[in-house]
Amino acid sequence: MAGFDVGDQIPELKVTPDRYVTVRYAGASGDFNPIHIDEDFAKSVGLPGRILHGLYSMALLARAQTDASGGPDKLKRLSVQFRGMGLPEQEITVTGKVTEAGGDRLVVEAVAVQNGKRIIRNAVAELEL
Amino acid sequence: MPVQTQAVGKTFPPMVYAVGREKIREFASVVGETNPLHFDLDAARAAGHDDLVAPPMFAVVYGLPAVGPALFDPEVDVNFAMLVHGAQEFEWGPLVLAGDEISTTASVKAIDQRGELGFYVFETVSHNQRGQQVCLGTWTNIVRGV
Repeated sequence: MAGFDVGDQIPELKVTPDRYVTVRYAGASGDFNPIHIDEDFAKSVGLPGRILHGLYSMALLARAQTDASGGPDKLKRLSVQFRGMGLPEQEITVTGKVTEAGGDRLVVEAVAVQNGKRIIRNAVAELEL
Repeated sequence: MPVQTQAVGKTFPPMVYAVGREKIREFASVVGETNPLHFDLDAARAAGHDDLVAPPMFAVVYGLPAVGPALFDPEVDVNFAMLVHGAQEFEWGPLVLAGDEISTTASVKAIDQRGELGFYVFETVSHNQRGQQVCLGTWTNIVRGV
């Protein structure tokens, strides 16, 4: 990909999800698991409160790839592992490093970090021009 | 109690999802997309697309209606109280556009156990109305304390 070589970082993405983003993501995605939208329920199952959908955090990580590479058609594959839990109203930082670059294909290894903890790790994105 | 694995290989009936413009705008907006291809019909057409373009992670929107019945299948026997999303993978084909009808078939790819964790892996295969595979999804759910 033009401008990217092995070892380069993709542009960092910082997002602070607002208080009600889990409600909007539930509506947008169809995932209404109450751990994401009901404070009392979340606490009753031992969580600190409503937690972010893992797939919301994955969407932020995916956006960092498509923003860096020039559009939605560039992202061909993305695999992630979810760890810990993401929380509303606290900043998430997505970073990624190019680990393979050849022809029109690029591989980026990425993480999403919140409060010093990796909420998404071992993310691998394959991008094509 | 060991996990029950008899559902491995089970395939569920396809679910068809009709992709709408406003749903694309809603989803793109929630996840903070700013690319006009997801919002502005003129921009999408100027870029050579017939309609608004769904962001890649819109795969969740057309995929979940197929994963739901698999996850809730009594034979799969997931303990929802202890369920966490462990991993996710998507492999994308041609772009999904507003107006597309996406047919997704879910199956149980693997069920296994490591210590007190049960791993339930579902696969979704999504095709558009022209028969092109637009997404292959692998959804790994972990149940604690099995």
